[in-house]
Amino acid sequence: MPLDRRQFLKLAGIGGAVLVSGCARPTATPYAADSDEFFFVQLSDTHWGFRGAPNPEAENTLPKAIAAVNALATPPDFVVFTGDLTHTTDDPKERRRRLAQFKDMVSQLKVKDVRFMPGEHDGSLDRSEAFQEFFGATHFAFDHKGVHFVALDNVSDPAARIGEEQLAWLKRDLDAQPADARIVVLTHRPLFPLYPQWDWATGDGERALELLMPRRNVTVFYGHIHQEHHFKTAHIEHHAAKSLIFPLPAPGSQPRRAPLAWDPANPYRGLGFRQVEAEKPVEYKITELPVVKA
Amino acid sequence: MRRRLFLGAAALAVLPSAWPQDRVVKILARKFTFEPEEIALKVGEPVVLEFTTADVHMGFKCVELGVRADILPGQVTRLRLTPEKAGRFGFFCDVFCGDDHELMGGTLTITA
Repeated sequence: MPLDRRQFLKLAGIGGAVLVSGCARPTATPYAADSDEFFFVQLSDTHWGFRGAPNPEAENTLPKAIAAVNALATPPDFVVFTGDLTHTTDDPKERRRRLAQFKDMVSQLKVKDVRFMPGEHDGSLDRSEAFQEFFGATHFAFDHKGVHFVALDNVSDPAARIGEEQLAWLKRDLDAQPADARIVVLTHRPLFPLYPQWDWATGDGERALELLMPRRNVTVFYGHIHQEHHFKTAHIEHHAAKSLIFPLPAPGSQPRRAPLAWDPANPYRGLGFRQVEAEKPVEYKITELPVVKA
Repeated sequence: MRRRLFLGAAALAVLPSAWPQDRVVKILARKFTFEPEEIALKVGEPVVLEFTTADVHMGFKCVELGVRADILPGQVTRLRLTPEKAGRFGFFCDVFCGDDHELMGGTLTITA
């Protein structure tokens, strides 16, 4: 018996997510204008301002990614950057210069609904003071076509804690949602202890997960680890995005979390972004996309 | 000043000053290294790790031993522990301190 699209997605997916890792640039489903189904694009870890051997094309990578998003056959409803927009610097003036350059560059995106979150490189040295000057609040929530999005800040505290104040805000926000709400959490660091030996964790991430656990429909999209990664804590899915500067090794695969070497024969290998199609009742089709076509 | 810490596999305490009879290992944190990076300990031998920082707020964390401490400018943080198992255990700075923070770490080598 042939499967319809939704049945196929359920069979191919993990839980509520379907993973598509393709080199071709697919066309997102052309949803009807009045449909509750939609897709968004997640970009992460652009590290604007980085200079070094792991990416000799650092100045060209973000522009190419922006061009790739603009070239999507169907524009996304919105774009979200999940942190480390800029590479860290001790100089507050240079930090602001990088943030300004980044903001100017991403203004080239055709999609004008763009959400920004800090990573530790943007915000841990000044508790996101400069970031907020350019992009506003570091944690926030918004609703889009039946999905409640919550952006959590686990980087402004240099010890990678969400903190009591924000956790109380999260509780109030969740309490205001119906029991069957479709919730997507956006964050920079993993909320679960993916590999604490490399600091790939959030100090009080378990507190956030405790608040989210009673909710049936929760999916987390994050960055920080510079590679695609998928994990479940109970029924909550966690999906890490690739970077747009350099890939990092698999958790624990080498003594230190040093960047993987740039491959001149395969420039931009391991870099990319993703589109996420949100479909009813609660399914997310994740398609990983390259910076440049193979 | 007492510091928050995790209880773990090794008996430990955060102390206002070193115990006179214990061996003291002084560890200096600076961007982006611990000095020394290699620390040799013995099972059953109490030791006090005495941390200072040369510049900014740093952290010390060893996941396998379940210990962590903040290292604050102008202060000395002492961590007393008695290793209970042999092995090589990595430690790292868990307070973001700038470029190359990700490479800041070392190893506790504990012998029987």
